Amino acid sequence: MTVKLSSRTEGETSVVALEGEINSTTSGGLQAQLLPFVGHGSRVLVDLSGVSYISSAGLRTLLIVHRRAQQLDARVTLVGLCEEVHFVMSATGFLDFFEIADDLDSALERADR
Amino acid sequence: MTVQDMRERVDGFPTRRISGYRVRAGRPLPYGAQPVPGGINFSVYSDRATSMSLVLFERGAKEPAAELPFPPEFRIGSVYAMTVFGLDAENLEYGFRAGGPFDPESGDRFDSGKVLSDPYARLVSGRDVWGAEPDWDDVYPYRARVLDDDFDWGDDTPLRIPTEDLVIYETHVRGFTRHPSSGVSAPGTYAGLREKIPYLRELGVNCVELLPVFEFDELDNPRTNPVTGERLYNYWGYNTVAFFAPKAGYAATGRFGMQADEFKTLVKELHRAGIEVVLDVVFNHTAEGNEQGPTISFRGLDNATYYMLTPRGEYYNFSGTGNTVNCNHPVVRDFVLSCLRYWVSEYHIDGFRFDLAAILDRAPDGTPLPNPPLLEQLAHDPVLRHTKLIAEAWDAAGLYQVGNFPNYGRWSEWNGKFRDTVRRFVKGEPGLVGELATRMAGSPDLYQGRTSSASVNFVTAHDGFTLHDLVSYNDKHNEANGESGGDGANDNHGWNCGEEGPSASAHVRALRMRQMKNLMAILLTSQGVPMILAGDEAGRTQLGNNNTYCQDNELSWFDWGLVDGPTANAELLGFVRSLIAFRHAHPVLRTADHPVGADRVGSGYPDVSWHGVHAWDPDWSSHCRVLALMRCGRHAKGGATRDDYVYVAVNAHWEPHDLELPQLPEGRTWHLFADTSMADAHPPGAEPPLKHPGRYHLGAHSTVILVGRAASPEQP
Repeated sequence: MTVKLSSRTEGETSVVALEGEINSTTSGGLQAQLLPFVGHGSRVLVDLSGVSYISSAGLRTLLIVHRRAQQLDARVTLVGLCEEVHFVMSATGFLDFFEIADDLDSALERADR
Repeated sequence: MTVQDMRERVDGFPTRRISGYRVRAGRPLPYGAQPVPGGINFSVYSDRATSMSLVLFERGAKEPAAELPFPPEFRIGSVYAMTVFGLDAENLEYGFRAGGPFDPESGDRFDSGKVLSDPYARLVSGRDVWGAEPDWDDVYPYRARVLDDDFDWGDDTPLRIPTEDLVIYETHVRGFTRHPSSGVSAPGTYAGLREKIPYLRELGVNCVELLPVFEFDELDNPRTNPVTGERLYNYWGYNTVAFFAPKAGYAATGRFGMQADEFKTLVKELHRAGIEVVLDVVFNHTAEGNEQGPTISFRGLDNATYYMLTPRGEYYNFSGTGNTVNCNHPVVRDFVLSCLRYWVSEYHIDGFRFDLAAILDRAPDGTPLPNPPLLEQLAHDPVLRHTKLIAEAWDAAGLYQVGNFPNYGRWSEWNGKFRDTVRRFVKGEPGLVGELATRMAGSPDLYQGRTSSASVNFVTAHDGFTLHDLVSYNDKHNEANGESGGDGANDNHGWNCGEEGPSASAHVRALRMRQMKNLMAILLTSQGVPMILAGDEAGRTQLGNNNTYCQDNELSWFDWGLVDGPTANAELLGFVRSLIAFRHAHPVLRTADHPVGADRVGSGYPDVSWHGVHAWDPDWSSHCRVLALMRCGRHAKGGATRDDYVYVAVNAHWEPHDLELPQLPEGRTWHLFADTSMADAHPPGAEPPLKHPGRYHLGAHSTVILVGRAASPEQP
């Protein structure tokens, strides 16, 4: 199982779309791939609509990226959480740490503000 | 001076291969599995093993992926330690295989055919989803896993609410929200309980005490319901499998192994709501049972260390469950202390209630110790310094220590005598006025030299009748438990108010309501720490079953229809909410020091005074069933703060009585907070003044609570 990453730029915002499962096997590589998008004051949207499952290690990876972003006054928003991922993140408290958007359009709109 | 430290560690490299894995000698402490740079450090203690292996499984695999024998150089003292590199912690399950003699007479029960769970495992897999049918032939049923304790607590810390200010709410993680009426998104889980925090806030409790949450096996009960044939469970969970691991089956995310995060999130949110968390912990025995029980961990690692054994090597059974943990053995003391420190440090737990705690002061041969090292150590431990320590101060072998549990000024106790006295008095038994007074004053007879916060007062707890059943049944009705009704306590002091079980009689129902209110009124106006059994505030019934340890069904679950909707018990719930608010509003009820019956602050009134039908003239005679007490508000918290005067009169007689009220100081008059014969209590601070300032007509089987305060400005 792998996680595929593709990225594009919308205005000032990097949109990073992930596909697959984020678990202990894939999260290490993912962290290395995600961190370059997080620079001083940058805006990053992580599109998780192609992600069916995020394990404990995967959630930790996302939270580490988020914490790095906070240190750099950057902003990371998660978007497109499927029901299962949303539920797990809610039950374990991870949801409370992140900025979450329902869909890409509303997230981009918010990023422009 | 700061620097970003990116150095690797010198010991971050393997020195050899064992069974194909890259390893090096590990660190003996801490015990268990600890993530370290590049790998995981495994450490396990056994004094008498002759060989030890680390057994690795891929998550969920039937057979081990590898077995790594600890070479002699990887052992320091009697601790085996090895760091294994390159492991995927998330997909790993591990255990140990210990070789050694099977010679029960000398205490050894080694069995190298078993894979043993790590006593220090912080995550355990095998019962991930409550009640799910497991593979009964699994060679390793309770599988240790690795946990990174990196939860983000933010600024959270245990709350350190003064013990005397607590209102404890005893509940069961699953039972609280498992009922279909709960309306939560994940019924029966930590996450479900979290969704009910607003209810707890509205109720006003500031501490939840959870029945055991350390990993246990709900399926270890072999019995079935004789009527329905349905499986009976180990629903309460007083049979610990893993002391460092939160119960996975209580987590909505247990199937993903995320129970630690889910439980920590619950604790954090409860703290945010001003509610402490006390855990009911069971250190008196383990799930390994007696000689016929399963070998899970301790028995196979070092039987003679962990269990109290007779000179012939049999298990002492002070717990009534087959074995007794050898709590005052130095190694076991260290285990218990490490465990409690762990739950306080990593889960921010505020306190512990120790099941059958009298066992904790027995020596390895079972003799009660005058100065048990474990209890002393817990009382003075730096990490546990502000942790509430509450003892169930008896055990199953006749050691009853309510009032004389070795306490070091730190331990509180479940006050079983409060429960029995209040039940019997309210039921109408004669000869109890004096003892009731003592109980309402914080039981100074039991806790002399300590404060009233040593006394955890309760009328009902998980073990026994619910409040509703206490006033609806004379006898227990435990047939559904599969033991021909023989299980459970017989001395319940219940009174059914005229009819056994459900009643259509308006008179019986009204009397039951009043009796429930009487019991709650005494509980919540007594000195000491009140504890309420979850659901009692809304009249939850177990249909007369006083021992629902095995009932994972509607007998045990909280029916939220009692809180909301057409079947709601709004009157009782509203009354209990008001009583809790009243207690929080009146520090005079929460004074830690026992009253002396004299004026200590120059108010002209004693701290607590006793009254009867006539003011200042209590009737202590054996036929009397009326007692009133007045607390002087100037004595609140030992005079440190000022409060109103509070008068509580209890009439357990079947006749009404006219009470003469004690006169208040100039400027204060008596106001009516609550009378249990009336539907509702008044909101604290908005009580109406009495029509007759010096008298009160108290109905049969009723309690009145008055507050002596200055008239509100808007009142004439």
